[in-house]
This record gives sequence, structure tokens and C-alpha cells, in this order.
Amino acid sequence: MTPRIFDRSLVLTRRLRAEQAGARPNVLMARAADDLADRLSATLRRFERAVDIGSEGPEALAALLAAASVGDALRFDRVTGAGVDAVADPEMLPLGAASVDLIVSLLSLQTLNDLPGALVQIRRALRPDGLFLAALVGGRSLHELREAFMQAELEIEGGVSPRVAPFADVRDMGGLLQRAGFALPVTDVDSFSVRYNSAAGLLDDLRALGATNPLVERRRTPLKRATLSRALALYEQRFRDADGRIPATVEIVWVSGWAPHDSQQKPLKPGSAKARLADALRVPEHGAGEKAGK
Amino acid sequence: MSTRPAQPVDPRLLELLVCPLTKQTLEYNAERQELVSRAAKLAYPIRDGIPIMLPEEARRLDT
Repeated sequence: MTPRIFDRSLVLTRRLRAEQAGARPNVLMARAADDLADRLSATLRRFERAVDIGSEGPEALAALLAAASVGDALRFDRVTGAGVDAVADPEMLPLGAASVDLIVSLLSLQTLNDLPGALVQIRRALRPDGLFLAALVGGRSLHELREAFMQAELEIEGGVSPRVAPFADVRDMGGLLQRAGFALPVTDVDSFSVRYNSAAGLLDDLRALGATNPLVERRRTPLKRATLSRALALYEQRFRDADGRIPATVEIVWVSGWAPHDSQQKPLKPGSAKARLADALRVPEHGAGEKAGK
Repeated sequence: MSTRPAQPVDPRLLELLVCPLTKQTLEYNAERQELVSRAAKLAYPIRDGIPIMLPEEARRLDT
């Protein structure tokens, strides 16, 4: 059994509520979609069939359809809506083995309970030499908020409860890709600060994005006013920039991996060298028995 | 079942989608607007042309 860390139905409820309220322009998604377009334009391979799984909003599909390297693209989302081709859960992907050439996902996989399982399904759905390219909110994102809430809860309620989700570390993601059977896994981080006039502005934004606490283990009683105002005060005291603005760290972890194919570069077997290193370096070769420096 | 004419399903989806639980192929029932997984004994609904590939939304087949 996979541990239940995220309350997936709450994630959905929050998202739908945010969309009904008339979501404000999502700057993170716009940034990730731009980045996706750049990354696709840098690949030489052509992808006949692409699928976007779980990206909230139409931006990822638009980037796919605009990319010269992509033939045809479909959008799967967890909820139905305009521009959605099928409703699906990334933890239970309705794609057959080796059925698509490119799978992308922007800013949604970080709230899966079974990310390793989803990665295995994604890898299986890719044709040989197919590409998986995704962006997750991860790393040290919102570490300021996490610290401020922890301190405020300790001071006022005498204990702490999880307020900010645990995020996947970039090194962990590389290992997960490898375990899921991806070839040539690559991870990198797009790290930046979003700046606000006040710490309360950050909370407003999180609410508007439907991104408030989705954890199963969250404290079920309402947040006390005293705790909240102490957390906001601590946040502003500790993290305020020199010009008075309040920064929030965001780290977007980019991951990519290929479904294995014979044409891909691989390490050679030990002992299979066809040339001597010494010849390439134009130095005399010393046998293994000789000690260096003699 | 509603009486209004069903919005057609994208043929690309009929070709691509499999049962999310068993990964087996699906049968398209145009009349009921369902994608049927014999292996999982589930019928996934198609609403306004959009297949809903979630087991919790599917109709259980008893036979």
C-alpha cells in the first residue's frame, strides 16, 4: 500500500473552487509552459503523438500543439472541462503499452501519493525512444512559509502540524526516473522568488491557485487567528528583502527521461575498449604492477 | 440515458485508451456511450464526448 500523504479529493475540490472563483493568471504555469516550449524546440526528435497528463489549464497542450516537433497532441486531466480530451488520473493511466511518443505534465505530479507507480506507467506507455518531460513544484519551495508556521505553532499552540507539503528533491527524482526504467534521466531546477507586498499576499495567491494545505495529516481544527498572525509576522521579520518586499521561494524541478531504445548512447562493457587510453593521451603506458612515480 | 444525440468521441481516443486498471483494450458501446472493460467488469462513461477513465465513475458490470 502506498502511504496516503495527499488528500487527492481535497486537492481537486480546492482546484475547482479556485477555478469557479475566476482564477487569476497563473504565473507559474505560464513560466513552465514557456520553458516546455523551449525544451521541445531543443530536441531533434519528432513526436507523432503527444499526451499532456494532468497539467491544470490549457497552457501545456497549447505549447505541444505549437511545437514544430510534435505531430498530434491530446490532453488528459483529472476533471472534465473545455479542451480536455479525456478524464484520467496519472496514478491510473489509461494508456496501453508503447502507445505514445511524448508525455508531458506541468506542475501537477507533486501531489500524487504514488509518484513511483505513475512513473512506471508513463514509461510503459511510451514507445521506444519516446520522451517523458515534466515539471513539478519541488525542492525548497515555500520553505519560508514552512519555517514561519512551524515557529508560530510552537509558540502559540505548543506543537507543530504539517502546513506545507513535502516536496520531491531533485536528486530523489533522478533516482525515481532510473528505477522506473527511463534511459538518460536528466533533472534540473528552475529556482526563483515570487515577491509580495506582504506575507498575507502569498497566502491569497495560494488560495486563488487552490494550492492550500492538501495533506492528509493536516490539523483538522481551524487555524487560530493568533497563530496565523504570528506566522505572518515571523515570515516578514525573517525573510523581508532589503527593499521591503516579501519573497517566497519557488523551485520548479524539471525531469526528463527516455523509453529505452538501441539507438541511445550507453556505457560500454568493461574490457571492451578498442583503443588504449595511453595512445590517446600520447604518454607511455605503465603496467598495473608498476607503482606511479617510479 | 439522455435522448439528445451524443457528441461523437474522438476516434484517436478510441484507438488509444485502455482500461486504467487492467490496461486491457476497451469495447466501445456507441448506444450507451460507454467504454467497456471486460477484464475489470467496468463500463467507463463518455460524457459530452469526453471519456471518464476513472474506476470510481464507472458502471459495474454484474455478469
